[in-house]
Amino acid sequence: MSRKNTRILIVDDEEIVRESLGGWLEKDGYTLGAAPDGESALKAVEEGDWSILCVDLKMPGIDGLEVLKRVKEKHTEIAIVIMTAFATVDTAVRAMKLGAYDYIVKPFDPEELSLMIQKIVSQQTLVRENLILRKALKREHRFHDIVSKSPLMRDVLELAKTAARSPSTILILGDSGTGKEIVARAIHAESPRHEKPFVPVSCAALTETLLESELFGYEKGAFTGASGRREGKFEAANGGTLFLDEIGDISPKLQIDLLRVLEERRVTRVGGTESVPVDVRIIAATNRNLEKAVEEGRFRQDLYYRLNVIAVRLPRLSERREDIPILVDHFLERLAAEMGRDVEGVSSEAMALLMAHDWPGNVRELRNVLERGLVIAKAPVIEASDLGLTLSGHGPVPERPASLQEIEKQHIAFVLQHAHGNVTQAARILDIDRVTLYNKIKKYHLRDVEEHEDAPEPAKP
Amino acid sequence: MKSGVSLWWIGGGPGDPVLLEGVTRVVTAEFGLPVRAHGSPERPVEAWDPRRGQHASGKILSWLDGKTPAAAGRVLGVTDADLFIPILTFVFGEAQLHGRAAVVSTARLSGLDGVPAPPGVLLARLEKECVHELGHTFGLVHCRAAGCAMARSASLRDVDAKTPHLCGECRERIHNHLREERSHESQEHPHPDRR
Repeated sequence: MSRKNTRILIVDDEEIVRESLGGWLEKDGYTLGAAPDGESALKAVEEGDWSILCVDLKMPGIDGLEVLKRVKEKHTEIAIVIMTAFATVDTAVRAMKLGAYDYIVKPFDPEELSLMIQKIVSQQTLVRENLILRKALKREHRFHDIVSKSPLMRDVLELAKTAARSPSTILILGDSGTGKEIVARAIHAESPRHEKPFVPVSCAALTETLLESELFGYEKGAFTGASGRREGKFEAANGGTLFLDEIGDISPKLQIDLLRVLEERRVTRVGGTESVPVDVRIIAATNRNLEKAVEEGRFRQDLYYRLNVIAVRLPRLSERREDIPILVDHFLERLAAEMGRDVEGVSSEAMALLMAHDWPGNVRELRNVLERGLVIAKAPVIEASDLGLTLSGHGPVPERPASLQEIEKQHIAFVLQHAHGNVTQAARILDIDRVTLYNKIKKYHLRDVEEHEDAPEPAKP
Repeated sequence: MKSGVSLWWIGGGPGDPVLLEGVTRVVTAEFGLPVRAHGSPERPVEAWDPRRGQHASGKILSWLDGKTPAAAGRVLGVTDADLFIPILTFVFGEAQLHGRAAVVSTARLSGLDGVPAPPGVLLARLEKECVHELGHTFGLVHCRAAGCAMARSASLRDVDAKTPHLCGECRERIHNHLREERSHESQEHPHPDRR
């Protein structure tokens, strides 16, 4: 939390105290407010968002201890410092019992005052960051954590929420970066299965044989390197939800295997002979046009019907532009906490640019653009030039003529990002083979992308 | 020109020329502004508070502001009087945020825990505090950049931990502020040739 975002209300009936304390703290960069009595202080607390209250003990009308008591009843998060010119042990004990942060005697030692305010701000920042990070750890997978005020999105989420309570298979459709996995997790969290595992599998990230053993597991000796029995994702998700992402990318053989499991509700591990019963709710997702794939014979019609029981179609970010400002606030708050940066927001020019951009990479692209902005920005307000966007929506603005190798590196990084780090999918888009792409990733040290790479493949049988 | 600084010794005894020359040098270097010594013998006697046995820095600022013509630009008072603001036991100095008057006292800068400072230390501390308080008149608030003169000065340890120099960001803000002031000034008083 930046100092400017720390709002301090000074409550004292003496104007000179309000002015001198306010002036001192203002030079520390805090945002100040003042109230001349208890009544107006309580009103200000209800109307504003205050971090710290410095309250005089003796005031006509509602005194400092009463202000402390009433504010603490409703706003435990506000730190309240009681100030007095006449300290007594009795009032100090009462103030601390009522939840005062400190009890200090006027006039204050400047160092003592500065350290106390700094300590309060640090503690409040930690509490705030802790809350944000804990929410982030839980990955904010409930419907109310999905940031949107768009009527289009509201209808989609309403449908998903209703579907969540049923045991039916759900097919989530939407472009890359529209939040298919987030919605899948929210459906799981809302479903009666929420206490059981949610197991995501990116079908496009793995080769056919690897995906087969990932999904169904394998027996010892099933293939070279299979030194022991391993449960597959179906078994791992037993009682819970299996999220099959990029379902449109699975091979014809796996389509048959998957269809069999969906019909029989049993899996047979690779190299095994016995089938194991599984109780799994399937949520599948794809950015491909499955109907067209069925028409063209690339996707089995029976599997399509089996998956497409309830279809949830996520809108592109360009179809819900009204959500951009609240998404910006949401991401900046999280990114600032994760990166330990002070940020107040984006400038009006930057917001105009964000509103006008095409967002081919949707919400994920918005998050990445804001992350870049936060890294580049020198001031707490992110400027348009920090974002590296052009109105055409084709990514970062080249700052100088670049070499062919630099362009290749940038393009590979862009495609990998677009493919969520999925090397197979990125290789397909780039029209090169996976080995070539791996070599280029290594050559250009695209390490952040490598972190999302597929797990190393076991030796094939 | 408005954008200069009047340096005014308003202490009890005669001003130490070494200290005032040092302040002149550092203010000129950090702000790029001409510094003129103001030699008036007048003193802000009304700022004395017999109850606290100190001088009220807020009253000194008002006095400096009132005594200095607008055309003289900013005014920096330097004194050996012990200063206070009502809520604090003492201050090293005070300034009008976005204003034109600043004051710094040597009273608490010469020793730490009763031990007198070695020669040169008082000057170094005074230079830092003068840059700091003048910085406030340009709208600068306390800065967290390592060594920046605008870092908070709540104790001598704080003063000793910083340098008399402004960090890049504070310096840029001052340049922008000065540019705006000059443009405002030229709008108020256009050049005769352009009329």
